[in-house]
Amino acid sequence: MPRLPNETEPVTLDTFLRGLWQENPVFVMLLGMCPVLAVTNSAINALAMGLASTFVLVMSNSLVSLMRNFIPKQVRIATYIIIIATFVTMVDYTIQAISLELYNALGAFIQLIVVNCMILGRAEAYASKQPLWPTIINGLGIGAGFTFALLCLGVVREILGAGQLFGIDLFGDSFQPWVVMILPPGGFFVLGAWLLIFAWFRERKQRLSKLQEVTQHGG
Amino acid sequence: MAADSLFFIFLNAAIVNNFVLAMFLGICPFLGVSAKKETAWNMGLAVIFVMLVSSISAYGINAMLVRFDIEYLRLISYIAVIASAVQLVEMTMKKFSPTLFRALGIFLPLITTNCAILGVALFQTSREYSFLQSVVFSLGAGVGFTIALMLMAGLRQQLELARVPSVSQGAAMTMMLAGLLSLAFMGFAGLGAQHG
Repeated sequence: MPRLPNETEPVTLDTFLRGLWQENPVFVMLLGMCPVLAVTNSAINALAMGLASTFVLVMSNSLVSLMRNFIPKQVRIATYIIIIATFVTMVDYTIQAISLELYNALGAFIQLIVVNCMILGRAEAYASKQPLWPTIINGLGIGAGFTFALLCLGVVREILGAGQLFGIDLFGDSFQPWVVMILPPGGFFVLGAWLLIFAWFRERKQRLSKLQEVTQHGG
Repeated sequence: MAADSLFFIFLNAAIVNNFVLAMFLGICPFLGVSAKKETAWNMGLAVIFVMLVSSISAYGINAMLVRFDIEYLRLISYIAVIASAVQLVEMTMKKFSPTLFRALGIFLPLITTNCAILGVALFQTSREYSFLQSVVFSLGAGVGFTIALMLMAGLRQQLELARVPSVSQGAAMTMMLAGLLSLAFMGFAGLGAQHG
């Protein structure tokens, strides 16, 4: 839905839900694909990555929103990146302190949250024009949508690739894991399959609404 | 061939652990600009160039950060340097080689948010490469990125002639193609395994 660039919008439930479904950063907008593919070989990694990205997204966008009247237009992108990098460094050191195992599993991808285009895109398109409250709600929504997408991939890949879910065995010994699913090609295949499902839903919805229009005009 | 020899580092970054197909770095431009071979080639050149520049500057910066014991500023200074390196490259190119500048066009500023560039800087630091090794590593990564991009662009151009079901057109089809390419690149894994 098109909005005028400088119009502040009222906070509704839609501000949150839009990020989860209609504007889902991964399945609809195709943003932030690198971590989506790289860290989703198990559900727990996917969840940790989603939560870390959500934290950075909400915190950095809140700060951008609070400072939106002080940042000169010419250097705004550089300023956003510095703000994001600050929060990423915080997350990086926190995860390192809480769980070294998780830190090693996620590898460089925690630090690479800095260049996640989803976060910079939100800062530029939303936080720099909206007051604090809608920014936080919208950030939470987008973050939840991102975490949801990561889990979609992580769960499928872990069940098929290792026969486990969150580290718990699901099948008996007779299960032969599809090792390819936790290797790099599996990430591409599973994401492709999810995109296919979403595209099919969208096409069906379009067809149904068109059909409805036709019948209405006909009647 | 030792694991830290220059040739091995190059081969490893370019083919065995291809940045796009095995390590998932730089997926956004990989999906975004792989529709045509010419644009893919130009993008690849721009990435190789910026990677080299930012790798060299990241090496210097890391040495300075370690010297003054302020490593926690690493991420912030790397990203600031990459952003300004891109700007610098853009201005220099505009002045000295307008032809190349026009050819690269919009891709130069976009490179700032290419995670492969930051990835190269972070990996060379965490693997403690020497200066020469860093340069070779960044060159290999850039070449690998270009190879993946060109392969993808070639496939997608061929695909335009095929009849694809309308549901799977676009991103879903590209993902499946990337999966097949990635599967093919796994064949190179044996080249690197013996060195750990």
